[in-house]
Amino acid sequence: MSAREEVLSRVRQALGADRTPPEEVVRDYRLTDGRPAGAPALLELLVDRVEDYRATVLRCAPAEVGATVRAALDQGLGSGWSAGDVVVAPGLAEDWRPAGCDVDDDRPAVQLADRAASVTAVAVAVAETGTLVLDGSPACGRRALSLLPDCLVCVVTADQVVGSVPEGLARLDPLRPLTMVSGPSATSDIELQRVEGVHGPRTLLVVLAG
Amino acid sequence: MTATVPPKAPTFLGLPTAPRGVGHLRGDQSFPDAARGALRDGQLRANLGHATSTIRGKRAGVVAELPDWGQLREAGRALKAATMARLDDHLEELERQVTARGGVVHWARDANEANEIVTRLVQATGTSEVVKVKSMATQEIGLNEALEAAGLDVFETDLAELIVQLGEDKPSHILVPAIHKNRAEIREIFARTIPGVDPDLTDDPRQLAMAARTHLRERFLRARVAVSGANFAVAETGTLTVVESEGNGRMCLTLPETLITVMGIEKVVPTWRDLEVFLQLLPRSSTGERMNPYTSTWAGVTPGDGPQEFHLVLLDNGRTAVLADEVGREALHCIRCSACLNVCPVYERAGGHSYGSVYPGPIGAVLSPMLTGVEDNASLPFASSLCGACYDVCPVAIDIPSILVHLRAEHVEAQERPTAEAVAFRGLAKVMSHPRLWHLAQRASRLGRLIARGKPTLPNALPPPVSSWTRSRDLPTPPKETFVESWVREHGS
Repeated sequence: MSAREEVLSRVRQALGADRTPPEEVVRDYRLTDGRPAGAPALLELLVDRVEDYRATVLRCAPAEVGATVRAALDQGLGSGWSAGDVVVAPGLAEDWRPAGCDVDDDRPAVQLADRAASVTAVAVAVAETGTLVLDGSPACGRRALSLLPDCLVCVVTADQVVGSVPEGLARLDPLRPLTMVSGPSATSDIELQRVEGVHGPRTLLVVLAG
Repeated sequence: MTATVPPKAPTFLGLPTAPRGVGHLRGDQSFPDAARGALRDGQLRANLGHATSTIRGKRAGVVAELPDWGQLREAGRALKAATMARLDDHLEELERQVTARGGVVHWARDANEANEIVTRLVQATGTSEVVKVKSMATQEIGLNEALEAAGLDVFETDLAELIVQLGEDKPSHILVPAIHKNRAEIREIFARTIPGVDPDLTDDPRQLAMAARTHLRERFLRARVAVSGANFAVAETGTLTVVESEGNGRMCLTLPETLITVMGIEKVVPTWRDLEVFLQLLPRSSTGERMNPYTSTWAGVTPGDGPQEFHLVLLDNGRTAVLADEVGREALHCIRCSACLNVCPVYERAGGHSYGSVYPGPIGAVLSPMLTGVEDNASLPFASSLCGACYDVCPVAIDIPSILVHLRAEHVEAQERPTAEAVAFRGLAKVMSHPRLWHLAQRASRLGRLIARGKPTLPNALPPPVSSWTRSRDLPTPPKETFVESWVREHGS
């Protein structure tokens, strides 16, 4: 008998021939936050929760994203940065990109480690947990893009902000490679003292438009 | 070279438990013997006390934030129970979906088979270095030792696991495995073992974390094979999930060409939607955060993004034996949050190493004996005061105290000769069922008042067999008169 057949037959033996039918799962927890996506109170909640992780949020009008991304990079890299330090997701809106910066292509992923900062969009943001989700779409970029540069700038638009985890997951495609980001990389492994920035980006800046 | 063949591990209802001689489910000592040393270690107790009380406080705060925590917890319990009732179907569906998206699924009956599969897969890539994401399943099966025995270099990349690996130590907590080490001890380990480390390295946690970052950065960038565990696997879509904080997980899941994930068969969940429950329950119970910094999900292989070769190893290693136990199978619902460790008065004092298994604390005290067969971890079901704090905090409501009692009974029934305890209780049963004997015994116990010399408890240093009780517990001095006697005196018979 192959290992596959044997493990499956053990499961069947363990459950017995007259196995109890699966019980019904009652989903009486909150399926929605009750507020529509992008509601002003949700944006404020998102800001509060993201800042609680010691990330920085810059709010702006939808037309000012480009300038605010540049301001975020000033904060993350210091004002002396140049376009060559920054790499952006290939599908990032043209007017969000700092002029002249590099666009991620099919170079080996490890080469992204040479860049100081990356800029991406997100697929959805969950206010209650302060979570941004990147889904590997052209606007979010491949996973290495939001991982290797030490400073990550994510642009969130108001309509992407939902209240709760169930609402967030419902908007996502589980077949895509997803990365849920809640604050900068962190560890509490030494005496439970939180240190931001271990292997992932040490600095997370969120541009919230709308 | 002749290998010693360990005696075959026992079976449960004919289902094999985790084999002996491989992995880390069995300690060299019984729990009380191992705990005796730990209790004398003041540093360890201080570290553990600080850590567990801090996480307890954080968890309580973020759990209280959710008005529907009770409903989420009940849904989590019901989801796990429903999954187990159709585990075979969900595993087959998971296999179909992972395969359809370019992954390769392997099945492992036990630790030895899983280790062989992973070793073979790594060797097939032609590389000699493996980076690893913290994973309970791979610790359980002793994968690192197996890979090293095959001449491969294994690098743990989680900070705490790195501390444990470099210190040639053992993890002592599910979530924060190096919790028994303080900053000065960690600094000493890094200074001694990391090549080229800054000699001026201080014991500041930030500096220590940055030393680990520098040490591992090059390894991540050149790694060609990574090994991970999985927190959840969604059957209907073939989506694997890893929940972490540092980004070492993302490095391993993203950069190498080949990814090998080893997952216990109980980690499958039927639908994507089920994660809306577990991704709320797990981080709040585990680190006491609203959400952990990074959660990665992937389904098979994605062209142009991440590893282009993906292997999923589905591990039994005693899990089906646990599933066969109608009382104990609930232990398979565990999502490895470690909340039960942090509230356990026994864990807080004895520490994780005393349990002898990679699964310490209350959940370990039920899971380890069931995975190995109770007689291979016979002292663990007794490593509890049955206070029930573990049940109260468990995010999927595993009734750990009931399973502990169930396993104690199983251990007692497994004894071929009566134990001293069994003899004592049989005698007590006889005495208590005969009023005359009972009154005589009560009167005789009053002799104890002579030994007590007016103190409220009897001295510790009594001769055996009484000493096995008084060594670690107070035996109150018997009262001048019994309840019945005082009732008769005050109310008449």
